[in-house]
Amino acid sequence: MTKIEEIVQGVLSGNRRSIARAITIIENNTAETHKLVASIYPHTGKAHIIGITGPGGSGKSTLIEKIIREYRRKDKTVGVIAVDPTSPFTGGAFLGDRIRMQELSTDQGVFIRSMATRNYMGGIAKATKDAVKVLDAAGKDIVIVETVGAGQSEVEIIKVAKTIVVIFAPGLGDEIQAIKAGMMEIADIFVVNKADRENANKAIMDIQAMLQLNNQEKTWKKPVLKTTALTGEGVPQLIERIEEHKHFLERQLEHKRSREKAEAELIEAIKEKVATSMIEKLKKEGKFEEFLKKILKKEMDPTSAAEKLLNEKFRNKV
Amino acid sequence: MQSQRKIRILIAKPGLDSHDRGAKIVARALRDAGMEVIYTGLRQTPEQIVETALQEDVDVIGLSILSGAHRTLFPRIMELLKQKDLTDMMVFAGGIIPEEDIPEMKKLGIKEIFGPGTRTDTIVQFVFDNIPKRP
Ligand SMILES: Nc1nc2c(ncn2[C@@H]2O[C@H](COP(=O)(O)OP(=O)(O)OP(=O)(O)O)[C@@H](O)[C@H]2O)c(=O)[nH]1
Ligand SMILES: [Mg+2]
Repeated sequence: MTKIEEIVQGVLSGNRRSIARAITIIENNTAETHKLVASIYPHTGKAHIIGITGPGGSGKSTLIEKIIREYRRKDKTVGVIAVDPTSPFTGGAFLGDRIRMQELSTDQGVFIRSMATRNYMGGIAKATKDAVKVLDAAGKDIVIVETVGAGQSEVEIIKVAKTIVVIFAPGLGDEIQAIKAGMMEIADIFVVNKADRENANKAIMDIQAMLQLNNQEKTWKKPVLKTTALTGEGVPQLIERIEEHKHFLERQLEHKRSREKAEAELIEAIKEKVATSMIEKLKKEGKFEEFLKKILKKEMDPTSAAEKLLNEKFRNKV
Repeated sequence: MQSQRKIRILIAKPGLDSHDRGAKIVARALRDAGMEVIYTGLRQTPEQIVETALQEDVDVIGLSILSGAHRTLFPRIMELLKQKDLTDMMVFAGGIIPEEDIPEMKKLGIKEIFGPGTRTDTIVQFVFDNIPKRP
């Protein structure tokens, strides 16, 4: 086995060291990265991926810790990718999200990894996606991605998620900016955190007003929830909504699949009917027999014969 | 996208210290030197520190301690690193550690110990000079 094959095997069996190594290979974007991701890809697609984004200091990491605990109570395993910006000047990064989750670091059903954006143009979105794939392939039921909602590149990162939660806190004054950056459009669920503070209700009303202006699509009505991440208040309700959204996506996918299946069946049925009635007609007109003889005498091959027959038929019609 | 190898370093605070000013200053200096610094926050158990180092796949671990509990905590951390086959990570320490304890701590595999008042550039240079090679 090559080193990469060994790591892939380790990831698939849930080995934590292999998971960590695999993510490093993805971060470093070496010659082996592509091979690793390709080998892991067939084993992905089972995890529900949740994106948590919002202004700096709104309580994302604190909330994620409570979300993990809630899923653990339900016996689900959880992976986290916490993305923080690399300094454009020094190339360094301070990765501090996991400070709020450290009590969970020894839980074998939880895997938390910090990633820096590393300033690779657009690359962090792909690197995040691939790191999520590693956790998915390793068997995590839930994968959570944290990014600070600041700009377009963060919007690209968080799009890896199937359910996107945009979180605000009262009095941060960043609401409008987040909306500008396109966070409002990509959100599936809104959370106003720090509900223990005054002004939380005002923040909720602001968001609701904004949603009304953007006239919501009818299929999924984006809920606006209140949480206090410090105490965990509101977190079970948030999980409920996340699960609801997951089922909504599944129904949509189911609907899409049913549609595709029905379409294929309809096409098959039409083909069959058209062919049968056409052949009948050709036989009645004696054309079928005429061309059959030509084929037998090798004057014509079946494909050209069919083409000629159909051309004549349809030219008459037009 | 070209290859992006970066030094990843864990700054950890074992024990019951009640502040982390020193650890944060060192963390910032390392970040400003271009490293990716993962910080644990206060009051970490040896198990938490070693699990974090594993998940974050760091090259280097810096331990900061003021409480005097290094004599019990450091051996435990080094033992856990051995158990988890993480001995390729370079470990150094800083904080308040009496001169007479230093040889014993180094025997455990701790590469260097920096006392209070060490300049941050000394620490940064030390890390650059002692990054373990990766297979
Ligand atoms: N009062 C109050 N404070 C909170 C609540 N949730 C988080 N905080 C505090 O808000 C601060 C920031 O919390 P984090 O969880 O680090 O926020 P974050 O959004 O992850 O921050 P960045 O990753 O730096 O963008 C911390 O001091 C938390 O203790 C809450 O519900 N109520
Ligand atoms: Mg955070």
